[in-house]
Amino acid sequence: MAEFRLPPNSRIKKGKHHGKVEGSAKVRRFAVYRYDPDSGENPRLDTYEVDMDGCGPMVLDALIKIKNEIDPTLTFRRSCREGICGSCAMNVDGSNTLACTTAIEAVKGDVRVYPLPHMPVVKDLVPDLTNFYAQYASIKPWLQTRTPPPPDRERLQSKEDQEKINDPSACILCACCSTSCPSYWWNSDRYLGPAALLAAYRWLVDSRDEATGERLDDLEDPFRLYRCHTIMNCTQACPKDLNPARAIAETKKMLAERRH
Amino acid sequence: MSLKSPLGRVLGLGSAKDGTDHWLAQRISAVALALLGSWFVVSLAMLGTVKYGNVIAFLGEPLNGVLMALLCVTLAYHSYLGVQVVVEDYVHTKGTKIALLIVSRFAHVFVAVASVYAILRIGIGV
Repeated sequence: MAEFRLPPNSRIKKGKHHGKVEGSAKVRRFAVYRYDPDSGENPRLDTYEVDMDGCGPMVLDALIKIKNEIDPTLTFRRSCREGICGSCAMNVDGSNTLACTTAIEAVKGDVRVYPLPHMPVVKDLVPDLTNFYAQYASIKPWLQTRTPPPPDRERLQSKEDQEKINDPSACILCACCSTSCPSYWWNSDRYLGPAALLAAYRWLVDSRDEATGERLDDLEDPFRLYRCHTIMNCTQACPKDLNPARAIAETKKMLAERRH
Repeated sequence: MSLKSPLGRVLGLGSAKDGTDHWLAQRISAVALALLGSWFVVSLAMLGTVKYGNVIAFLGEPLNGVLMALLCVTLAYHSYLGVQVVVEDYVHTKGTKIALLIVSRFAHVFVAVASVYAILRIGIGV
């Protein structure tokens, strides 16, 4: 059965309080999920007081400040700090988002920071995305053709056709959408999830691709595609304002269309 | 513990090449239920007092009997499709899942046949 409670060794305990700030009016409290697999202890929720006077505006800025100045054991992924690499995807204030593009000011009260939901945790805010990446690889995210390319130039695409792949190609594979989807929580071993399905759609509508039929064959499955129940958390969560829910609906329509 | 590659695990037993019929059937039966349901609600309202004799006379009319039988069968069918999705979503133990799907199918067919039988008895009198 689907498990609705965390297993006993995953339940979150009260953690430590770090970095008492005296005499500053601009103090924000961060409640951060901590888990260290080597300690053998349960995960805990540590709180940190951060003086906003010496801190950048985004949640990632605060996490970096905490790591640099208060607690170097805090572990998280980050790279570009401008919303294009997708590394710092995490659950902030109850929503999956990129820490680097989420303003601390937009959060009321304590800033609660957790790893992406329902994924195995490697340490602290770092989830294990092995299965997620394998699902992306499984949809063959590359151009497949039978017509050889023109000898003297690249394969051409009209402006209108390019516009169809514009949005879906903007996905940065941060996993905010897939890990916000309840259907993905219960069946991520067999359901591909919104991110992989959006990537699949990107190749389905690419005018240069000649494997549309085979791609649809591979997707047509009660679990791989049809576990999507149009919950639409994916579209709401996407920090790049993409619409995986629509891409999945369009894929279902293509499958229905080729039947009749 | 298995050393199978992550991609191998995702590819699993391959695509079932199925699911579109189920998805279409769920939507088409929903449209049918919207129509039959509206008919049923309007008819109930026009019936005024829901007394035993009234209802029996209403279902005795050929068109009403046919529509009522269609409503019951479509409802059972749509409900079976929905319960199947719920079971597949939440039940991950293989044996339990298959057993529940079979029991649910039997139960839904039983309800559908029983309702049609009841409507026939009223209409034709067995």
